[in-house]
Amino acid sequence: MLVSNQVIRAENLTKVYGDFIAVNNISFEVPRGESFGLLGPNGAGKSTTMKMIAAVSTRSSGNLEVLGMDPNTEGPAIRSQLGVVPQEDNLDQELRVRENLIAYGRFFGMPRAEASKRADELLEFAQLTDRVKSKVEPLSGGMKRRLTIARSLMNDPQMLLLDEPTTGLDPQARHILWDRLFRLKERGTTLVLTTHYMDEAEQLSDRIIVVDKGEIMAEGSPAQLIRQYSSKEVLEVRYGSDNNAKVAKKIADVGERMEILPDRILIYSDNGERDLAEITKRGHHPTTSLVRRSSLEDVFLRLTGRTLVE
Amino acid sequence: MSAVVAPKSRFGGLSGGNAKAVIERGLRATMSNNYLIILSGFFEPVFYLFSMGVGLGAIIGNINVNGAEIPYGAYIAPALLAVSAMNGAIYDSTWNVFFKLNFGKLYQTMLLTSLGPLDVAVGEITLALLRGGVYAVGFLIVMQAMGLVLSPLAILAIPAVLLIAAGFASIGMAFTSYMKTFQQMDWLPMVMLPMFLFSATFYPITVYPEGIQFMIQSFPLWHGVELIRMFTTGVVTPMIWVHLAYYAVMLCVGVVVVSRRLRKLFLD
Repeated sequence: MLVSNQVIRAENLTKVYGDFIAVNNISFEVPRGESFGLLGPNGAGKSTTMKMIAAVSTRSSGNLEVLGMDPNTEGPAIRSQLGVVPQEDNLDQELRVRENLIAYGRFFGMPRAEASKRADELLEFAQLTDRVKSKVEPLSGGMKRRLTIARSLMNDPQMLLLDEPTTGLDPQARHILWDRLFRLKERGTTLVLTTHYMDEAEQLSDRIIVVDKGEIMAEGSPAQLIRQYSSKEVLEVRYGSDNNAKVAKKIADVGERMEILPDRILIYSDNGERDLAEITKRGHHPTTSLVRRSSLEDVFLRLTGRTLVE
Repeated sequence: MSAVVAPKSRFGGLSGGNAKAVIERGLRATMSNNYLIILSGFFEPVFYLFSMGVGLGAIIGNINVNGAEIPYGAYIAPALLAVSAMNGAIYDSTWNVFFKLNFGKLYQTMLLTSLGPLDVAVGEITLALLRGGVYAVGFLIVMQAMGLVLSPLAILAIPAVLLIAAGFASIGMAFTSYMKTFQQMDWLPMVMLPMFLFSATFYPITVYPEGIQFMIQSFPLWHGVELIRMFTTGVVTPMIWVHLAYYAVMLCVGVVVVSRRLRKLFLD
């Protein structure tokens, strides 16, 4: 038997709901141990793709292989090796904190003693040891999130699927979580995550695909994507909302590319300081200016546009 | 490697073969939350038995069942036993399931694990059946204490009650899987109440014209009432096979519909 190194292999994967094409003919592969990010605006098809990988949604057409199995027919077997952190916390309100974990372990067929032991370890990991007997409802958002993540690790999964894992968490909680996820990655767990936070995607992903309207817009490591779709640096200058457009015309030749926003002008360039000096030399003194490194957020906005997606 | 053994694929991914984990979770949730609500469902038929059986029974006297004369209390008691099985099963499989389905998101959570929709369906139906069974055993004890058990065959009423509960639970859950709002759930009493009143519960259906009799016989409770009455009165006729078959079919249809619906709702 040929043992594949790919834990996910998607080929022309498509999901249609009625007339709506949620995922349109996308192909990608994820090798074992990789940390893979799925980026895109709301409604881009990220969650639908995640659901198909998690074997809780059947594809309309194309091929999908998860851990070498077909999610359409081997759902329970695939899910037994997956950890899933859904977008909204769906903890069991009728059970207490520790029981939530144990019951979840039992759903995987773990013996009760083993599930209890694992639950205690994970409560420590999630820093919830003082809330063991608490009901779920009064927990804070961060605690619920940590409990959901602890729950997803009950079966010691080969692959962890995280759908916007740190939404609603404070910075401390996010950093703790990133640290834990990084440790899992070091242990060889494959991570697949969707996120709206570009810093999170840069922190956690070895490789990213950007999806929009159900299609793949770009693929690569964060550094590659920045190199390919943005510039090394970004110069932001402000002249007041009435003047930005006027000034922009006069400095249009500066930098590699320019974007005029209502509140500021963005100049994409390989040397922001040099360009700022050039603009100032021409007599256009900005009210404020900022030179920064180009980020994944610039790539994201370039690829998916600045229009609000509802 | 993973701590969990991958289950064999059964029924094309519909089952992980672990319905008992669903039952265990349900029992634990019941223990820690709503065991008082459970008691309330038990008392309803007991009150009916006291008021109708004892009160009205004194005026009515005996009733003829398939040629045998039996006291009024002993006539309605088995019917109320069937009703209590139905109530327990319906409560668990409709309102409880409705909340888990639409608010608790419990089934979504379960289906993130190696459980399949069939495990969830079988587990939840079994829980409802257990509740129906507990009500029924309690009621049978009350009947025995009141001298309303006329035959040793009454012991067979227990498995019969479980079958009735299973039938109602599976249909109740199938019904609930289509319900989205509270308003839709209000249809439930519209079916349950007339069925309770007219299914040969308090008097034989021979008082009705044939057309209406036929209609009543098409509803499940009548079969349940007749089945239990055969056992507690000891008057058994070949119709028993029709009653048993009715519930067997009801149960199978319910389980198939429920697992299809769960698949459609959560795995589509």
